[in-house]
Amino acid sequence: MLASDQPENERIISTQNIEIELLIEAIYQRYGYDFRSYNKAHVKRRILHRVSSLGLNSVSELQHKILHEDDFFDVILKDLSINVTEMYRDPSFYAVMRKEVFPLLKTYPYIKVWHAGCATGEEVYSFAIMLKEEGLLDRAQVYATDFNPLVLEIAKKGIYPVSRIKEYTANYQLAEGHYSFSDYYVARYDSVIFNQDLKKNIVFAEHNLVTDSVFAEVNLIICRNVLIYFNRELQNKVIRLFTESLIKGGYLGLGSKENLMFTDVYEQYTVIDAKEKIYKKKVL
Amino acid sequence: MSYHAIVIGSSAGGLHALKTIITGLDASFNIPVMIVQHMSPQSDNFMSRYLNQLSHLQIKEADEKEPIRQKHVYIAPPNFHLLIEEDKTLSLTVDEKVNYARPSIDVLFESAAYAYGKNLIGIVLTGANSDGSAGLKKIQEAGGLAIIQQPQTAEVSIMPQSAFDACPQAIVLSLEEIASFLNRLNNDTQSVAQPTST
Ligand SMILES: C[S@@+](CC[C@H](N)C(=O)[O-])C[C@H]1O[C@@H](n2cnc3c(N)ncnc32)[C@H](O)[C@@H]1O
Repeated sequence: MLASDQPENERIISTQNIEIELLIEAIYQRYGYDFRSYNKAHVKRRILHRVSSLGLNSVSELQHKILHEDDFFDVILKDLSINVTEMYRDPSFYAVMRKEVFPLLKTYPYIKVWHAGCATGEEVYSFAIMLKEEGLLDRAQVYATDFNPLVLEIAKKGIYPVSRIKEYTANYQLAEGHYSFSDYYVARYDSVIFNQDLKKNIVFAEHNLVTDSVFAEVNLIICRNVLIYFNRELQNKVIRLFTESLIKGGYLGLGSKENLMFTDVYEQYTVIDAKEKIYKKKVL
Repeated sequence: MSYHAIVIGSSAGGLHALKTIITGLDASFNIPVMIVQHMSPQSDNFMSRYLNQLSHLQIKEADEKEPIRQKHVYIAPPNFHLLIEEDKTLSLTVDEKVNYARPSIDVLFESAAYAYGKNLIGIVLTGANSDGSAGLKKIQEAGGLAIIQQPQTAEVSIMPQSAFDACPQAIVLSLEEIASFLNRLNNDTQSVAQPTST
């Protein structure tokens, strides 16, 4: 069909799709961030909302702004990266980790833990508290990575709004935390600051799952609610990266809607908990 | 006009409303249905299991990357937005709440409008907020068909009323009428889809 035969609305949509594809390509070439294999509906939604909130007329206008204003790219990176997170999201995931995985981690003199896509760090502190309670924190090296440097700055500080503490305390208890959650932070005005000793062994670092390489000899990888934004091919590639990074007998924890089932390495894992999406890399 | 998909948004009072519509659909009903029902983030998949027992259609919680199939009804899981990709697969995201809701009706409707254009039916049912209004308008703008539960017959009239204010040309029906209207459209769609060489 000739473009001129299309009804007006279909034309607008197909033009927009072309513009979005060009924009994603421009971001990749200019800034090195590769969104080409992210879910298209998601990318489109975020970009069109930015176009309309800035009162621009087209995606091409947004592209012009991105290419010519370096500072503005931070806004787009935030739009596309979705840094939404919370402490002990899905408390049952944490409870199963503590019960099924931690006892085996205790058999190692020294462990490495990798949080991939840690956003502003709430998940990392949630884990650090559990590692501490189980006597594992002192012998752990924790890598907390994300491809968005701005969220890592927040993660490093470990300061969060006090308004969410009630919810987090409830989550902590549901995650079978047995102590007083308030022992782990100090409240200041409208913020809470998590204790320094929790981050003693945590390294926060920039790492892009699409373009960067493996970590060596990791015992446990947590990567939750990141893969859902990727197409199957990229999911597969990232899971392969995790498989190479894990030691034999190492553990992988994914988000509640993510799954190893459709990847080529499925055979290399045993399922520890199907509902919580916790897997163990086979020893042989 | 042939319709390839239906999206439904419901909130307070939605379980009963959805039950009425879903159980009112014929055994031959073919058009896939995607639903956002507002619920608490902690809920389990009770609703899909419950409705599945009552219907001859396959009713399930939506999985990420799942291809959309005929005779299936997909319900957005609690705490995730449900989007439709242009290749007719489902996506889930944990993006910020929209209209204080995750899943949000607007998010589903907007992505569905892009994916299906004029071949889409959007339906807004009972609820106490205005999620779905903007999305229904997008569906109409893309040439799709907008249906709203008659506000006076809704358990909570705010959401359908708000949708009506945004889309005054929408078709306004009671729940029972919606079911039989959809059955009729389904039959028309099937006869259109049949080759004429009989
Ligand atoms: C929705 S958050 C999930 C945060 C946390 N894991 C949780 O489940 O609460 C997704 C995070 O993945 C990060 N992310 C997305 N693409 C990435 C990539 N290619 N490499 C590294 N991090 C990425 C985003 O910046 C964002 O912080």
